[in-house]
Amino acid sequence: MSAAVTAPEATPAGEDGKVILAARAITKVYGGTHALRGVDFDVREGQVAALIGENGAGKSTLMKILAGVETPTTGTILLDGEPVTFASPTDAVAHGVAIIHQELSLCPNLSVQDNIFLARETTNGVIVDRRGERAAVEALMARLEEPISPDTLVGDLSLGQQQLVEIARALSEETRVLIMDEPTSALSAAEVEVLFRVVRELTRDRVSVIFISHHLEECMQLADHAVILRDGAVVASHAVAGIDIAWIVRNMIGREQDELYSDLPGVPGEAVLEIEGLSVADPANPNRIVVDNVSITVHAGEVVGVYGLMGAGRTEMLETIAGRNKALGGQIRLGGRRIDGMSIGERIQAGLALAPEDRQRDGLIPTLSVARNMSLSSLPRITRHGLVSQRAERGLVAEQVVNTRVKTESQGALIGSLSGGNQQKVVVGKALMTQPKALVLDEPTRGIDVGAKADIFTLMATQARAGAAILFATSEVSEALNAADRVIVMARGHITGEFDPKNTTQEQILAASDVDQGV
Amino acid sequence: MSSTKRTNSLGSQIGPFLMDQRAFVALIVLICVFWSMSDTFLTVTNVIIMTKHVAYNAILALGMLLVILTGGIDLSIGATMCLSGIVAGALLQNGIALNFMDKVGYPAAWAVIVFALAIGTLVGWINGLLVTRFGVAPFIATLGTMYMARGTALIMSNGVTYSKLGGSHELGNTGFLLIGSSKILGVPTVVWVMVVFAVAIWILTARTPFGRWLYATGGNERAAALSGVPVFRVKSWVYMISGFCAATVGVCMVSELTSVNGDLGTSFEMNAIAAVVIGGASLAGGRGGVKGTLVGAFVIGFLADGLVNIKVNTFWQTFIKGLVIVLAVILDQAQEKLKNRRAAAAAAASVRTIAAGTQEEAPQATTTA
Repeated sequence: MSAAVTAPEATPAGEDGKVILAARAITKVYGGTHALRGVDFDVREGQVAALIGENGAGKSTLMKILAGVETPTTGTILLDGEPVTFASPTDAVAHGVAIIHQELSLCPNLSVQDNIFLARETTNGVIVDRRGERAAVEALMARLEEPISPDTLVGDLSLGQQQLVEIARALSEETRVLIMDEPTSALSAAEVEVLFRVVRELTRDRVSVIFISHHLEECMQLADHAVILRDGAVVASHAVAGIDIAWIVRNMIGREQDELYSDLPGVPGEAVLEIEGLSVADPANPNRIVVDNVSITVHAGEVVGVYGLMGAGRTEMLETIAGRNKALGGQIRLGGRRIDGMSIGERIQAGLALAPEDRQRDGLIPTLSVARNMSLSSLPRITRHGLVSQRAERGLVAEQVVNTRVKTESQGALIGSLSGGNQQKVVVGKALMTQPKALVLDEPTRGIDVGAKADIFTLMATQARAGAAILFATSEVSEALNAADRVIVMARGHITGEFDPKNTTQEQILAASDVDQGV
Repeated sequence: MSSTKRTNSLGSQIGPFLMDQRAFVALIVLICVFWSMSDTFLTVTNVIIMTKHVAYNAILALGMLLVILTGGIDLSIGATMCLSGIVAGALLQNGIALNFMDKVGYPAAWAVIVFALAIGTLVGWINGLLVTRFGVAPFIATLGTMYMARGTALIMSNGVTYSKLGGSHELGNTGFLLIGSSKILGVPTVVWVMVVFAVAIWILTARTPFGRWLYATGGNERAAALSGVPVFRVKSWVYMISGFCAATVGVCMVSELTSVNGDLGTSFEMNAIAAVVIGGASLAGGRGGVKGTLVGAFVIGFLADGLVNIKVNTFWQTFIKGLVIVLAVILDQAQEKLKNRRAAAAAAASVRTIAAGTQEEAPQATTTA
């Protein structure tokens, strides 16, 4: 980002823009947790509001409520000062509020034109008015200054271009408030620049933008106003002109850290998990390298934290270690023995266990009970003469329920009846039940409450003290600094720094994680 | 939230219980209705005959259950039965041409049976290969093998019916017809075959690690794979077992009918699917069991024979069968919703109690700007 470092020139800076969309005292309770607690939030005409917070702070929930994807448990939304209820995303769009999700919602098999007019095709009675639509799309693309042909298949476009198509779709519906959830996480630096130019043009046309990003630099560059969420509440809000990144970080993290984390043993033993020159291609797009020549060694009794932003390659690396993805190159050794040729099951037998990031998608079997979920990776341990011994299973599960402090009515309760934090503990318990030498956890505290977080960190520390090697990925700086003996920072597939948390500041970690952005 | 109030009146308990056991309740109701309408329905002879009819569909349904538990479907079983039956018929009637000796060899009856079962398992193996290695959707893969197996059976038999299946003592291949005609302890052998399959598959699903893998694969394939479940192997195996079950039914049925042609088993897969679904299994995978599937098979079988018994016309029989399937699934959906609502209510209640306990500690919004 070279040009236009300071955004305010584009818009009249300050608080005095007309408030278009406002949230008042919004609360949202999900099955397991309070996602939002009485949030107030203003969107001003022609301004960019950056919404900042750690994972699980409630950013996405707030945006989903503003965009009609979710309804608030309590509280009101005001549009031009009038209370409104959005029954659905379509309803919100009809009121001029559109959201562009992190995962784009385009159909790759349809053309740009068909995507932009999907489900609201203009017709001459019966037949789609293709010529009229085409002219409209061409006009939109001219406005965005992007020469994308209306006939191109969306699947053939780059991710950045696809995002512009989403923006074009929003604009074609006369959007007044555009919500962008992590729009830059998968974009190259050049694509980010194009996106920023488009956003600035939109604000000139009096469109308001809500911008969510983990890249604080980007927020400072683009936004007029920063709003900071923590644990479901707005903790600070200020015009960007008067603040700096340190202020943001301070407010983002804020809470008493020490209570959350346990003391670590701090005396690492011999090398247990050795990763050498590991490279991995994006499973969805084999031409993109998501992990590039990464080497990490984790010792017995050591907790290593891998910090990185979205798209840094953390998850891909951990899944490759566990055996889900194939490596392009490199070696993985466990206790000196190579495991990179093994299946997932063989790696678990060898002593490597993974607690995956997305527990709903990758961690749990929704149709099974707590006990059966927990024992799934440890069946060889409880099999006698070819049959599963239910007594042995009950014993091991009971042990693990106590160990991980799962709160459940019974072992036979369906996994879905547990709160998010307890479900996460079951995922970790499943990994621990295999008696791993090396435990790999991907974002182990994502979307769970503070108490469950503390329990998970205690477990990690206990395992380390018992001699396990622990490698965990996180996108929260405070976690990386407090729960690890050693912090490795990744950015866009590379290791960009290694730190001793005892004498490292959050700013240093953030700087290392954002290297490509400054260049 | 441990020992809160639980209104344990009998009335509030019996509803969910009946809902849970609805397939079994339906079977009892069915039996009572037919019993009251016909004197011959609940006689020992008739029950044995009906159970024999049920046995074929039950064995097919048990194989289908395994496939459905993984979230797949096997449309090829009717054709597989036919192919196995044709292979058995051809071997018994025509033997194998041994070109190098210019002679025809007649394998013994047991060898014919083993070979026929192997053919069925082979079709299942191909299904598994298509679904796992080639990533073909189960519906399409087994639709394809259904036509191929049926085609192979027709090509082999060239449209002819094999009806000399008794063998002869000179050739040493007698005994094949015993399966379909013999009885053990007064009960047809075929019924015993069903019992053996039911017990074996119950142990497989409920007691072995393979059973756990099965339910996990159907419940969430990604999570199962990441937990170390060999998902591909599980899927290959279920199609092979399903093929084996189909071949067993083919052999038994040909033995009972004492003849076989290329039409055997047409649309039998549909009855098997119906039995599994009536038994409470979810076509999405991960839910269902042997007991339910057996009850489902009995409901379908007793319904068909009972309607004949009380002389309902055949066109209405077909209509009523369809109606029962649809009703079963509607009830199933209703029960799932009920269960989910209860789970959600329980989760919400636990949040409320936790929230009430920690309200004071919740962070307050303080604008530091």
